[in-house]
Amino acid sequence: MSQASIQVGTSPQVQYLLRIGDSCLILAQRLGEWCGHAPILEEDLALANMALDLLGQARALLTHAAHLDGQGHDEDQLAFLREERQYLNPVLMELPRGDFAFTQVRNFAVATWLLLLWRRLQSSTDPELAAIAAKAVKESAYHQQHAADWLVRLGDGTEESASRTSAALALCWPLFNELFDADAVDAAAVASGLGPSWAELRPEWTAHLNEVLTDAGLAHPKPSAYVSAGRRGVHSEHMGHLLAELQYLQRAYPGGKW
Amino acid sequence: MSSENEWPLWEVFVRSKAGLDHKHCGSLHAADAKMAVQMAREVYTRRQEGTSIWVVLSNQIVASDPGEKGMYFDPMEDKVYRHPTFYELPDAINHM
Repeated sequence: MSQASIQVGTSPQVQYLLRIGDSCLILAQRLGEWCGHAPILEEDLALANMALDLLGQARALLTHAAHLDGQGHDEDQLAFLREERQYLNPVLMELPRGDFAFTQVRNFAVATWLLLLWRRLQSSTDPELAAIAAKAVKESAYHQQHAADWLVRLGDGTEESASRTSAALALCWPLFNELFDADAVDAAAVASGLGPSWAELRPEWTAHLNEVLTDAGLAHPKPSAYVSAGRRGVHSEHMGHLLAELQYLQRAYPGGKW
Repeated sequence: MSSENEWPLWEVFVRSKAGLDHKHCGSLHAADAKMAVQMAREVYTRRQEGTSIWVVLSNQIVASDPGEKGMYFDPMEDKVYRHPTFYELPDAINHM
């Protein structure tokens, strides 16, 4: 690999946008891995559609972040030439594809989180971000409903499907904390009116989750104090492999047009 | 794929944004009606807003017999007086 990596600026505004944009991009990559492998043809199309929605959201946010960063980068350079430490998505998004139950648990958690985020971002003081949010909010609402229906089906399905869904929930549970952990970047976003503090989303997100878990007959895993730090660039062992696959071509053929 | 009991076939009818009626656009497999509507949206509408979707279990549809086509439809062909084609309609009336 011969293409040099790029660094993005450390302004809280750019970081705030990249955290969300990278979340969409990395989950889109994981959902893309389902293509041709879903349990039924129709769900195969549904997962691909959702991946495409998320990729569209990622493109808009990365383009905007690159513009604000002011170093002349574009969406492709941000996606293909940043190293792991420069990626700011929470760890939850980068976990391997897993089984179908895992995918629906994660999709529900992320779609609900994004839905609550987009709703608030519609009134961002940044008009570009507000416009992106207004478009994305409908997509996330659909993703949430789709995943919620599957969680109820799986949790209230067979013994096997219920146990797999419980296992997926237990695996994701400690990583949910990061979605609501506020820090200086959030504080700056609140102060400038760019967007909400992530911590603000937790009560509503939890209410959505509880409703679905009740319908699905699934129990809450034990609370966890662990907070992952993907949005500060500290990722799991899965992230490097994901990026190697995602970035291979741009790295091997620097500046290639496509 | 799966057994017919688990994934029955559904027929899908879609009314597009500017469309007046639901048109049959295909079929798909789904476990129940709710899933069939969601899947129809994925497969057939590409999410155009203002679209209406109907789904119906294929085995609920009763079709006319192709063998009786002649008896059913041919007698109408040569009697123009059966067709209300001689009225002049005001310009304001659309979609007749």
